[in-house]
Amino acid sequence: MSRVHDETFRALQADVAELGMNRRGFFKLAAVVGGGLVLGTRLTTAAETDADGSGGQLNTFVHIASDGTITIYAPRPEMGQGIKTALPMIIAEELGARWEDVNVVTAPVDSASFGGQGAGGSTTIPREWNRMRQLGASAREMLIDAGATVMELPRDELVAADSTVRHGSGRFMTFGQLAGLAAKQSVPDPDGLVFKSRDEYTILGKSMTGVDNLEIATGAALFGIDTRLPNMLYAAYQKCPAIGGRIRSANVEEIKTLPGVVDAFVLRGNDDPRQLLDGVAVVGTSTWAVFEARKRLQIEWDERRASKDSWAQIKARAESLYGQRGRDVTLDKGNVDDVFRDNKNTTLAAFYEYPFVAHLCMEPMNCTAHYRRGERSKDSIELWLPHQFPGSSIPLLSREFNVAEERITVHQTRMGGSFGRRVFSEYVLEAVTISERVNAPVKLTWSREDDMRHDFFRVGGFQSIKGAVDPSGKLVAFENHFVGMQTGGRPVSGSSFGPKQFPLQNLDDGFVSRTMFGINTPCGPWRAPGSNTNAFVVQSFLSEMAHVAGRDYVEFLLEILGEPRWFEPANVQSLNTGRAADVIRLAAEKSGWGREMPVGSGLGLAFYFCHAAHVAEVAEVSVDANKKLTVHRVTAAVDVGPIVNMSGALSQVEGSIIDGLSTMVGQKITMEEGRVQQTNFHQYPVLRMPAAPPVDVHFIQSDYTPTGLGEPALPPLAPAVGNAIFAATGERVRKMPLTELGFSV
Amino acid sequence: MAQFELEVNGETHRLDVPGEMPVLWALRDVLGLIGTKFGCGIAQCGACTVHLDGVAARACVLSVAGAAGKAITTIEGLGNGTRLHPVQRAWIDLDVAQCGYCQSGQIMSAAALLADNPAPTDADIDAAMVGNYCRCGTYNRIRAAIHSAAVQMSGDEASAGLFYDAAREVRT
Ligand code: FES
Ligand code: FES
Repeated sequence: MSRVHDETFRALQADVAELGMNRRGFFKLAAVVGGGLVLGTRLTTAAETDADGSGGQLNTFVHIASDGTITIYAPRPEMGQGIKTALPMIIAEELGARWEDVNVVTAPVDSASFGGQGAGGSTTIPREWNRMRQLGASAREMLIDAGATVMELPRDELVAADSTVRHGSGRFMTFGQLAGLAAKQSVPDPDGLVFKSRDEYTILGKSMTGVDNLEIATGAALFGIDTRLPNMLYAAYQKCPAIGGRIRSANVEEIKTLPGVVDAFVLRGNDDPRQLLDGVAVVGTSTWAVFEARKRLQIEWDERRASKDSWAQIKARAESLYGQRGRDVTLDKGNVDDVFRDNKNTTLAAFYEYPFVAHLCMEPMNCTAHYRRGERSKDSIELWLPHQFPGSSIPLLSREFNVAEERITVHQTRMGGSFGRRVFSEYVLEAVTISERVNAPVKLTWSREDDMRHDFFRVGGFQSIKGAVDPSGKLVAFENHFVGMQTGGRPVSGSSFGPKQFPLQNLDDGFVSRTMFGINTPCGPWRAPGSNTNAFVVQSFLSEMAHVAGRDYVEFLLEILGEPRWFEPANVQSLNTGRAADVIRLAAEKSGWGREMPVGSGLGLAFYFCHAAHVAEVAEVSVDANKKLTVHRVTAAVDVGPIVNMSGALSQVEGSIIDGLSTMVGQKITMEEGRVQQTNFHQYPVLRMPAAPPVDVHFIQSDYTPTGLGEPALPPLAPAVGNAIFAATGERVRKMPLTELGFSV
Repeated sequence: MAQFELEVNGETHRLDVPGEMPVLWALRDVLGLIGTKFGCGIAQCGACTVHLDGVAARACVLSVAGAAGKAITTIEGLGNGTRLHPVQRAWIDLDVAQCGYCQSGQIMSAAALLADNPAPTDADIDAAMVGNYCRCGTYNRIRAAIHSAAVQMSGDEASAGLFYDAAREVRT
């Protein structure tokens, strides 16, 4: 297994490379390889009239049948972020379609036809915005060409709307009538395409319900875990509770005799948790049979190379660093020491802590694999896979099993949540290895205990912060000693505090140092990596500074932001202080910021910029004498450019806020002796319906490139709630989860 | 192994499985009814909720032997075969789902609540739904959809669907 490295990151890189593909490049590619309506096959041309001459394929993504049905491929995987509905909406808008006529089909995993097929980092919308508009507009122009020919009218007097091509005289033809001929028109030059302006939209910005809603509400098979194949066997895989332990021996012979068990065997891994760790596979006739049988496993583990990580030790070491600077200085701007020494200024220091947390996707990790042996080593592999980068499995498995990439087929399935979890592929390698061994299709299902203990966690950490305000109450210096985690000498996902963290760019004097602890507990991206903890620390601490200065936090923040400016003009990934100030003002206005609050109640505000999104949130809370916390309402002001699907956008903001609160209130993963100590919901409290606050969302729409909403509304929630708790009680929240400070919900 | 008769969605199935097999796995792996979901296996998440003689039950801790002789309804059997249950309808129209994985369990809990209490208050909803976790945080829409379905079921369809105003203020 040692040849496999960082599949995920390769997939990400490939996705980024695709971003750089110019528009002509895309159309050339489409013309060469095309796409097809029949799932899993690759047609030879992009635009092609149907065999019976009635309908037509207008490009890789769009087919129109003679009855007017418009079929649009959804290229990228759906995990709850709404992309399966959103991308086709963009195409349909430019096409001039009626949304009711559109039938959305999940695209086969085929990057030659569909381009990048991953989803992560809230990047799908910005990456696909122009390409989807081009696909729709290109098909529209071909329909108009066909309409001009058939109706014998000047082409520039025709428009496409409501799934028709119409003329001012009232004459029109339907897309269905024109599709066959439209597919014979030449594909227009993408650079000549004109996109609609926002006031012309009939689909974008509206609330469209999810394209899979009927299937979800009726329990139809959608998710990876729902896969059923003829002669399919079921598998479980037991790994060492101390992460990375090897197997000395296991009672597999006894396990094989248990009811419903077909086979049991030891697999040897390569000690890399992202690939294959040692374990025992139990294969049987139902998930329950293998879950029951594994309870009887007796395994002697060799833990010499296993993780020895201890949260208690990590925490003690971090606390001993409080007040010191790290040896590794990552930013030294101006001279913070002079500012701190100046006794006209007021300084404040604080120590913040946040734990490891799990992804806890509702659908546990699973993969269905069929490894087929072929003649003369022509083996093949077929996968039914819930994964954020489903295509990344193809090169991975090709190298690992020496099977040609053309003989590996991946069916992407809907995911029951992911939040960054399903960028890793160890469950894929487990399933394929087991299928190869038993020579049958196998569905591997992780138990919740597997899922929680063998996660790639959101990393925990500590930040020792210091700041100064001048006599006028203005923030003049900011310092952070970031205590993070690394594996193999590299910071794990989310364990960094970069020089563009707010408010470093806005100040003349800033200083960041770091101390990194080596760990072996696997960590990975978790909904807004880095931002979800840095926002908590920075926005809580700045609110502390405002309080020390005797200032209102909104006013204090707006002063730091200063005049409207865009740090890197035209780069939406850089802070735009004008957009930031606007969301802060809007959240304050909509939440009634500054109003008198009853005793025991308070408002807290936080702002954060990440994933090209400017978001401000205000939490309204009350806390009773027993420290029972009630979050009465959260108001969010969000600027992500134009909104694609209003219903989906509202869902993402609401969901991020509930998720942020759930995580903040009670969630914490700890490990001792390398073993994750939480195994299931009873040890890992989640927010339930009675504690979920109403969420009031306000969007500022603009013509900036839109960005995705899967992540950016989460980071401001924790500091908003923490600041509100301070306003209500006078107690500072410098640590998550809140249960450790005695709060409950 | 023994033979058990399990009545699921009005049909009787004869199953050759150990009596202690949870109904969840009998549904999913034996009968192929995959609408009922696995989330935790210990009655903590509600993803596996079905109706047992009309009452919401967690199929992951309900044994086949214990369910024999009782009527099980799953998400697949919630509608009447030609029409969706009003709860399903409300879930679709109010666009409740994000990932959707918890939603068959949520819908089954909601339908059981409304069968028992046609006009639930927010507190009634909290009490009935507290065992159904949603990782994606769709609770507000779930609440709105339950109120909406309650109105539809009471025949006052004109006001159904008004509880969730997706078109909240948007500045441009
Ligand atoms: S799977 Fe039954 S309650 Fe979670
Ligand atoms: S919709 Fe994803 S868990 Fe509820």
